[in-house]
Amino acid sequence: MHSTTSEPPASPPPLPDTAERALKIAVVGGFGAGKTTLVRSVSEIRPLNTEETMTRAGAGVDDLAGVEAKRSTTVAFDFGRITLDATSVLYVFGAPGQERFWFLWDRLFSGALGAVVLVDTRRLDDSWYAIDRLEAQGTPFVVAHNDFGEGEHTLEQIRAALDLDPHVPLVRCDARVRDSAKRVLIALVRHVSALVTGGVR
Amino acid sequence: MTRPHQQEGPDRFYVITSGRSGGAEDSLDAVTLVVAESAPVPGMQSEHARILRLCRAPMAVVEVSAHLRLPVAITRILLTDLIDAGRVTARHPRPAPSPAQPPASPDVLEKVLVALHNL
Repeated sequence: MHSTTSEPPASPPPLPDTAERALKIAVVGGFGAGKTTLVRSVSEIRPLNTEETMTRAGAGVDDLAGVEAKRSTTVAFDFGRITLDATSVLYVFGAPGQERFWFLWDRLFSGALGAVVLVDTRRLDDSWYAIDRLEAQGTPFVVAHNDFGEGEHTLEQIRAALDLDPHVPLVRCDARVRDSAKRVLIALVRHVSALVTGGVR
Repeated sequence: MTRPHQQEGPDRFYVITSGRSGGAEDSLDAVTLVVAESAPVPGMQSEHARILRLCRAPMAVVEVSAHLRLPVAITRILLTDLIDAGRVTARHPRPAPSPAQPPASPDVLEKVLVALHNL
């Protein structure tokens, strides 16, 4: 097997040689909620795409079922990056929030600074599940309503519809706009800071 | 969302990993930074050689995976081969974070805030 194809011409800028640690933030939401758009708005590189593959074993499957019962599942996700300084870099992942994907995210999100749940008011079901799962994991998160600049629902209406804990920040954003997208991430990091300094988890 | 590997059958992954599906280092998180310690040598498996070229500067495991157009799990196996052979090192500045011990110290969070404000 020959694999002599050249690298893509527009290779993203490399990280500094001194880079030693990477942090991650997950952006979850249903199809069309704007995950990829938000990642693209804040990333210093064109978002990259890859796949995680996992077997179902260990995700509630009876061990006695044996190896024949293992089924591998693959799901695609995008990510971008933001270089923080000479030693640190932040990766921002966009991941589908539907229930059937979550067993894959448990590993991907482990150790994440926190998560953003991007709410699409046409598909609140996806958000409910994501919120439940993040609460169960103990992953700090904020909820962002990507309204593409049109405010059909008030934040109070959305908070009530999601039955969202009053401590969880809820913000409005336009994921296409860098300044708006970056404010969502800032809201998340501030929320995590408050949890860390307040000792509440 | 595009599916970069949809043209690739499981057969190709089987060949690339010599049939292995486990044995990858658990400490390799999706964002662990890996860096090459040597240049590719003739006769090396092509995927291993590509990883060594990609990782001249530090690169996260997911980014290596995206450039190789291989799933993260397969990339982990290939990286573990290279780590075991001393050709790649993984940078672990401190114990791998876990849900019980989040990576969010106040100084790290401050650094992230500053960088986001400067975007």
